[in-house]
Parts: sequence; structure tokens; C-alpha cells
Amino acid sequence: MKLSARIAAPVTVLALAGLTATACAPQTSDGKAATDEKSGTLRVWLFQEVNNAPKKQVVDAAVTDFEQRNKGAEVEVEYIPVDTRAQRVKAAFNDPKSAPDLIEYGNTDTAGYVKDGGLADITAEFGAWADAGDTDPTAKSSVTVDGRIYGAPLFVGVRALYYRTDVFRELGLSAPKSQDELISTAKKIRKARPELYGIAVGGAYTYGAMPFIWANGGELATEEGASYKAAVNSEAARKGIASYTSLFGDDNCPAAKCAQMGGNATVTAFASGKAAMAIGGDFSHAAVEAGTVKGKYAVVPLPGVTPGSIAPAFAGGNNLGVLKSSSHHTLAVDLMKSLAGKKTQGELFDAMGFLPTYTDVRAQAARKEPFVKPFIDSLDAGAEFVPTSPGWGQIDASLVLPTMFQEVVSGRKDVKTASDDAAKKMDAAFAAASR
Amino acid sequence: MTAPNGTRHGGAPSRGAAGGGAAGGGAGIPEVPRPRKGPARPAAQQAARPRKGSGDSGRPRGGSPWTPWLYLLPALVVLGGLLIYPIYQLGLISFLEYTQAQVSGGEPTTFQGFGNYTALFSDPQFWQVLLATVLFAAACVVTTLAVGCALAVLLSRVRALPRLALMLAALGAWATPAVTGSTVWVFLFDPDHGPVNRLLGLGDFSWTYGRYSAFALVLFEVVWCSFPFVMVTVYAGIKAIPGEVLEAAALDGASQWRIWRSVTAPMLRPILVVVTIQSIIWDFKVFTQIYVMTGGGGIAGQNLVLNVYAYQKAFASSQYSLGSAIGVVMLLILLAVTLVYLRLLRRQGEEL
Repeated sequence: MKLSARIAAPVTVLALAGLTATACAPQTSDGKAATDEKSGTLRVWLFQEVNNAPKKQVVDAAVTDFEQRNKGAEVEVEYIPVDTRAQRVKAAFNDPKSAPDLIEYGNTDTAGYVKDGGLADITAEFGAWADAGDTDPTAKSSVTVDGRIYGAPLFVGVRALYYRTDVFRELGLSAPKSQDELISTAKKIRKARPELYGIAVGGAYTYGAMPFIWANGGELATEEGASYKAAVNSEAARKGIASYTSLFGDDNCPAAKCAQMGGNATVTAFASGKAAMAIGGDFSHAAVEAGTVKGKYAVVPLPGVTPGSIAPAFAGGNNLGVLKSSSHHTLAVDLMKSLAGKKTQGELFDAMGFLPTYTDVRAQAARKEPFVKPFIDSLDAGAEFVPTSPGWGQIDASLVLPTMFQEVVSGRKDVKTASDDAAKKMDAAFAAASR
Repeated sequence: MTAPNGTRHGGAPSRGAAGGGAAGGGAGIPEVPRPRKGPARPAAQQAARPRKGSGDSGRPRGGSPWTPWLYLLPALVVLGGLLIYPIYQLGLISFLEYTQAQVSGGEPTTFQGFGNYTALFSDPQFWQVLLATVLFAAACVVTTLAVGCALAVLLSRVRALPRLALMLAALGAWATPAVTGSTVWVFLFDPDHGPVNRLLGLGDFSWTYGRYSAFALVLFEVVWCSFPFVMVTVYAGIKAIPGEVLEAAALDGASQWRIWRSVTAPMLRPILVVVTIQSIIWDFKVFTQIYVMTGGGGIAGQNLVLNVYAYQKAFASSQYSLGSAIGVVMLLILLAVTLVYLRLLRRQGEEL
């Protein structure tokens, strides 16, 4: 009895602990709304921009319009920091009660969010929407997963070649017309002005490197049935990788410094006058204007392989999407149309310089603001997008492509081995995602 | 004083009290020293009897074996809630397919058995990272202990003013948040603007480019921010050693090194055990320094350690179940290292 009493206590405690524990399996939310209310408060999350006031003005105007059209509906807009958006959005998917109805999201996240079960399918509403007819095909593909549509493109971001007009004039150079010329120009500048990078490139600057792969006819991955198969180790893609990585070295951008740089670092190098060229986005305009090179630079589309051609650019940008958990589905879709419609996109361009996703609105923008012309030319020449597979999010997060470029740049592996290894990792991610 | 009872029950006084109480439940006990009143026992009984009488109506003294558990309960609840339950969840998730899609309800949660572990162990990168982590942690522990102990000895030898200065410098390093410290160190060793390269005449040598130089740079920072703990603890230990012992050793003609090895270190053994285990656990789990200083794992992932690798898997790519499996593996490794270390020490202790 003495013994049993001694044992009984801890056993009971353990059993109790076990019971409480087994009662709580890991949390899972069902995330589907049961109702579609026609009044009440709609919550919207938009990204907080560096200079947010003009964006807020445009959004407020669109929201007022919407509220007048829909009596009884109220809109609450919250601007969330871009840095922590991933955690915020994940939390919103996990806890539908505190989730917003409408969110802004980066277009490379589309497939992942769809797989997570967070975004509502709005194929029917999108098809019936008049404005949507003019949406450019690349922007449309960034909201499409398996033929269904999960949002409306809000703006596109595209990169082109920034170059220093003063340096080029001084050395008697002209803006490069082909990829080979780009590389030789960069090396010429470095030789004449050793304190400058010919062109600032980064081992972790995936979106700056992708155009080199595409320009050589390569692909990141090809669609195969319901899934994707990596193609970074194809002959054409390897040529692109080799030509991008040939820019790392003491004759242009020393590997010891440039291997670690990402997109922002290369733009910063250009803006602070340490580089004669850089691949920057239309959204980098403000940062460059704020740097020491203000008034001493120009922009042209990034050249392709054949002289005079344009390398396919990566069509980045943001979309608006309705959450599956929203209890105001119809209203939320209506609000999405207001915020991503032609009128608002035109105003957003004027206020923030965000490139519209409608071909006609974009053409108007180019007439108004000549600065965006090279970016629009790049888009019109045919932009490319990352694979719309939920596996892409994982490939991106586990730094598969930066690792590949850095392995080549640092001389650890040759192009063939590095691209084969990257392809293996990508295939594993695609396979896991389509399971 | 109450030796007869204590020894007969073969335990410490507290155990004796519990045992006596349990026996008491079986009615009239000869063991209880009615005639000779020991101070501890009757006090415990008196305390127990009225409480039980009022609270538990049925059995007179049957509840008293629960008394220690009652006292332990608050601590057990806290431990269970904050330690056992999370570990249980960690273990559970590591056997499931649990990614963002499962958390937010896009797909059902499925049981994977050892699937996550198989995936982990068949990933060659995991083994590389594990090896790098073990070697890096070992280097950090050894360096931290060496620097910490050396400075503790120095601290016990110098005058008040330099001692104060050294203390303040160490506490400053200790109080600096890891992110701040890492950022400052990266700046100090920056190839373009860093003062260290200028002082050493290294030109624009990039410390974070090479694998070993990057690990070395992180090691400096880790040692810098963790030696103060070792130094302060060991210094306190040294101060507790009676002066005569050291004096006797000095009179016997022992050198400084010999005094440390044969007198101070053995007397400090319990403290050294604690700081070593602490350092092993800290340095094995290092995250911030690697993440900040090498930009999330270095060029092509050359500076990944297990914790950053787990972060990449669990949070950046939302594979919570794979991340949990890495967590479980880390937990087991740390438990094993600590147990083996404690065992080794105990064996040595018996021989001495």
C-alpha cells in the first residue's frame, strides 16, 4: 500500500498530463466562411510603403466611392509592414476570426497561398468584370493557378538597366545593345575606372539574374501535366547562368564582395556612385533619385542576346485577393474591383509610380511620364514569371537559386554541377508540393 | 538527533515524514516514537492532522502521502505547461505532415510515421550542417571557457581599478543584445569601411566570403558575448576558495599553471561543470550571430548551423513538421551530450 501510494501519485499526474496533451492535437483551422453578409465592416490589409501618404490618399478616395455605392458597408484599411507580411498573412490564414477580408500580396506568393487554402477562387467574378479584359497576360498569369483565378493584379514591377550617363560619355561608350556588349562594356569601365563596378551584380539577386537565363532561351522550370519540372540545368539555361556569373570577378564585380549582394545592395551601390550600371526596378527610381547619381543616369531595357533585342524581364508586382474565410465575399470582391480597377490604378501610378497592369492604362502612363518608357518597353517585349507552383515558395525560401549562383561565383562548383544540384532540389520541392 | 527513526526508514527527514504518514494510514504503528518526542516528526504530524481532518472527511490520515505532491503541484503545473507540453507537441508534429496548408486548413493533417526523419537523415546537407554545428560549437565552447577562465584568474589578481574596468567592459559585452553585437562586429570587419582591416592592413579582404574566415568572425562575436558569464561565475568561484589553500600551494613552490591545474580547477569543478554545460547548450543552439553576420547562412549556405537550417525549413518554407524533426534531433543530441558529460565527471570524481 505504501508503495502503491507512492507510485499512484506520479502515475496520476502523468496520466492527467497525457490526457490534456492528447486532447490538443496541433491546431488546424477550417478557414471557410459560412455566410455572405451584405453589410458590416470589411477589413483590408495593404502594404505599408516607404512613403505611404500618397497611396493612402488614392485608397481613401476609392473606399469612399465604394461606401457610397454600398450603404451599410464600412471599410477599415490597415497598412502592414512589408517585412513581417509573411507572418501576418500566415496568422490570418490560421485564425479566420481575426483575418481581413481583402489582402495585398506579392505575386510570387499566389500559388503558395492558394495551396494553403487562404485565397478564394474568383474565376467567375473576374471573367464578368469589364476592366479585366485589358489585363496584360503576364499579370493575369500571376493570379492564375491551375486555370483558376485567385485575385486581381494591382501593379507590376519590372527591372531594366540603369547606367551612368557621365561615365559613359567620359569613356566614349554608348548604352549596350546586346548581352555580349553589356559584359564587354562593364569590363571596359572597370578597367578605366577601377574604383567602380562595371555593372553591380549580386549572387543573391535572383530577379536580376533570371533575364540572362530567359534571354538565352532557358527556363526555370517547364510545366509537365499538373506539376513542374526544373529546367535550370538545360543547355540554354546554363548558357545564361554562365554569362551572368562571368560578371563576377576582379574585372567587373569582385566575387568576394558581390557574391553576397542581393537586389537592394546592387541598387544601393549604383545610387551611391560605386557602380556604372545596375539592374534596377521602376520601383528603385526613388532610391536612385535620392542618391549621389541624381541627374547623371538613364535607363534602357536590359539587352537580350541578339543585338537590339530585349531580355525578358521578371514581371514582379502585387495582387489583391479575397480571403476564403471572408464572411462578406460579394462585398469584398466588389471592393477589390474598386481598388484594382482602371481608375484607381491610374491614380496609383500618378501618386506612387506603380505601373498599371492594364495595357491601355499603362500606355497612357508612358505618355505622361517618359521615365517609365524603358520599363514598359521591357514588359511589352514579353515578360516572364516564376513557376506558379506552391513549390516555388519553398524553392525561394530555401535559397536554391542564390545558392546555385554563389556556388558558381565562388568557384566551388562549375555551372553544370551547380545547376544539376539546383534542379534536383527544385524537382524535390515541386514533387512535394503536388503531392 | 532523531537518528533512530531517520536511519530505520533509510532516508532524509522529509522522506521519513512521508513514509511514516503512509504507514500511519494502516492504523496504530509501533514505529512512531510516541514516548520520545523527536522535534521534526510530531511537528509534521500535527501539521498534517488538522488539515486533513477538515479537508478530507472520509479517511483520517490517508491523504498525507499527497502532501509533498501538493507542495510540488504549482511547480509541476508550470513545468508541465511550459516544458513538457511544448516538447510533446514538438514530438507529435514531427510525426505528421504539417505545413502551412495543414495549419490553415487547406489540406488535412496526415500521420507520416518516421517520414520526416527519413527525409531529414537522407538529406546530405543535414549531415554537413550537423558536422559544421558540432565542430563550430566545440570551438566556441573551448575558446569561451579558455578566455573566460583566463580573465577570471586575471580578475582575481589585479587591483581594484583595473578590475572594475575589466568588469564593466565584460558586463557591457554581456548586456549588448545579440543582434546589435553582431551588426557592430560585421561593421568592424567590413571590407570597405571596417577599422579592423585598416588596422591590420588587410585591404578589402572580405571576412564573410571564405567559409572558415566567416566562421572565425562569428566565433569571435560568440566568444565576445558569452565569455562574461563564464568569467563572472568562475571569478565568484575563485573568490570562494580559502586563501590558505592557495598560499600553501605557493609555499610548496607550485607554479601559477600548476596551482590552477591541481588546486583551483578541482575546487571549481562544480562551477566549471555548470558553465561548460551552459556553453555547450548555448553554442550548439547559436542562431542570431550566424543569421545576422553571414546573411542567413553564408554564401551558398556554407555557414549554416543546425538552428538556422531548422529555421529555413520550419519557418521560411513553412515545413513545420520537418523543422520539428530537426528540433527533436537537436534536443536528443544535447541531452546525450549533457548526460555523457555528467557521467564522465562523476566517474572521475569517484576515482579522485
